[in-house]
Amino acid sequence: MATNLELTHPAAAAELAPRLTALEAVAGFIRKKPLGAAGAVIILAMLAAAILARPLAPYDPYQADYSAQFARPSAEHWFGTDEFGRDVLTRILYGAQIALFVGFTASLAGCTIGGLLGAVSAFLGGKVDLLLERLMDVLLAFPQLILALAVASILGPAVQNVVIAVSIPIIPRAARVVRATALSVKENVYVEAVSALGASRRRVILRHILPNVVAPYIIMVTAQLAGAILAEAALSYLGLGAAEPTPSWGLMLSGSASAYAEKAPWIGLFPGMAISLAVFGFNLFGDSLRDVLDPKLRGR
Amino acid sequence: MRTYVAKRVLLIVPTLLGVAALVFFIMRVIPGDVTLLILGGDQAGRIDPAQIAAMKHQLGLDQPLLVQFGSWLWGVLRFDFGTSLWTGQPVIQELLIRLPLSLELALLASMVSVLIAIPLGMLAAVRQDSWVDYVVRVVSIGGLAIPSFWIGILCILLLVIYFGWGPPLEFTPPWVDPWANFQQMVWPVLTVGYRYAAVTTRMTRSTVLEVLREDYIRTAWAKGLRERAVVVRHALKNAMLPVITLVGTEFAFLIGGLVVTETVFTLNGVGRFVVDAVAHRDYPVVQALVFLIAFSFVIVNLLVDLTYAWFDPRIRYR
Repeated sequence: MATNLELTHPAAAAELAPRLTALEAVAGFIRKKPLGAAGAVIILAMLAAAILARPLAPYDPYQADYSAQFARPSAEHWFGTDEFGRDVLTRILYGAQIALFVGFTASLAGCTIGGLLGAVSAFLGGKVDLLLERLMDVLLAFPQLILALAVASILGPAVQNVVIAVSIPIIPRAARVVRATALSVKENVYVEAVSALGASRRRVILRHILPNVVAPYIIMVTAQLAGAILAEAALSYLGLGAAEPTPSWGLMLSGSASAYAEKAPWIGLFPGMAISLAVFGFNLFGDSLRDVLDPKLRGR
Repeated sequence: MRTYVAKRVLLIVPTLLGVAALVFFIMRVIPGDVTLLILGGDQAGRIDPAQIAAMKHQLGLDQPLLVQFGSWLWGVLRFDFGTSLWTGQPVIQELLIRLPLSLELALLASMVSVLIAIPLGMLAAVRQDSWVDYVVRVVSIGGLAIPSFWIGILCILLLVIYFGWGPPLEFTPPWVDPWANFQQMVWPVLTVGYRYAAVTTRMTRSTVLEVLREDYIRTAWAKGLRERAVVVRHALKNAMLPVITLVGTEFAFLIGGLVVTETVFTLNGVGRFVVDAVAHRDYPVVQALVFLIAFSFVIVNLLVDLTYAWFDPRIRYR
């Protein structure tokens, strides 16, 4: 029986499974991947900004205050105010909610749908595989932003539509990765061995193949997250994402930022910093996570 | 080689048909009736139903969907993409007016990026984990993180504040006035080029790193060659091959960069044409442009694959 195949020799067991506690794992990550840890700090700060936006933010993100239009950065308004007298810092804090929401949902949805399609492709093979592959080819024929733009143009400007528009271009990319991984894992000797030992198909897929596809899946979700945040910003900047008065970072940069460049350069300065910092954080973290999780890159 | 080329060329036919179908049907599910849009916005109640029917007939919208798709496809084959709902001009004519600007921007940005990226990427790879590598990596990850529209906005902020600059109203082609053209294009080119360079640097670095681990590099070291010879003669030559594939990958970045950068700098190019068409719900234009962009993307990728196979015989025999 497959379950009795535990390693009983103490030396072998000790060598194979040096189980780290969570704390040790985190400490190790910080030591080995300082850039990745810096990324994690940025991500945590962004999460904190999003969750604590209400208690932290000094003002209301929507309420116009015409007595405070174009206020310079000062003690009352750290990042100044925009053309409606809204506090830029407040809107940036609330903007973290939009960016994280769109980033997480779009990349999770895209990677999950794409991943499932890729897995189906790999396991069924034959005509289904061929058909799905051609379909993914078609989706891959569009540059990401153009496909998102086309979808957004149909759905109209709204936050939930941005999620759909941003997630669709992720689907074929995720499908490719998962299909390739599943195919190569399927061929591994250990899969053959477990099957030969009489494990059911279900058990082979759930216990032996799935865990090996999880790492590439996590890497993909993190990698796509940064792209999704950037895509949301670009769509909103172009007027096809979140609609006014949503405090989306991209939207904050559209129109007024260049129109009032001379009068109030801070309107165009701080939201862009927020986008860049967020994407930078996710990129740094994602890169290091890939190095740690991908066995092929380990030790490089 | 010949069978490989034939196979690859044949494979793009279903892809292009799929692209055409997807673009066509996506634009048919737009909420709101296109005929009403043409006849005068959203005042649906006030328009004579007979007029609507006539317009539908004129646009061919009263025919079965498949017939419509067929006639659109037939038009595409003859470079006839219909007329813009916004200006009433043929789409292809509107496109040709805007193409030179976007081509110039794309070419110059690619040149800038290659000139920056390949030396930097190589340097970072050769000196892996040194401070040079860290600086190059941070700058290139930064380049990926900073949205090009924000770099554009920063350029404008600086130009407006320090030089009292205003956006140019009309594009001056380089053959009319090279200096005026340069002044218009230098900031957009740098904006697109920086982001483009960031992508290229990262890819160059990782390909060179991979090549440096090959057996033949170890052999080159073992036979006592100097570093210069190993890196330039053996590593660079082999690493440049995968860099060709960059052209394909980056085409997508370039298009995205154009769309956004032309909007920031109010340049009347193809990228801004897309954005304007989407904003005006000018669906024949959106349809044509999205199709043409996907079409050129597929062709670029095909050419990249073929060049690759030409240089690397291993690919052909797979």
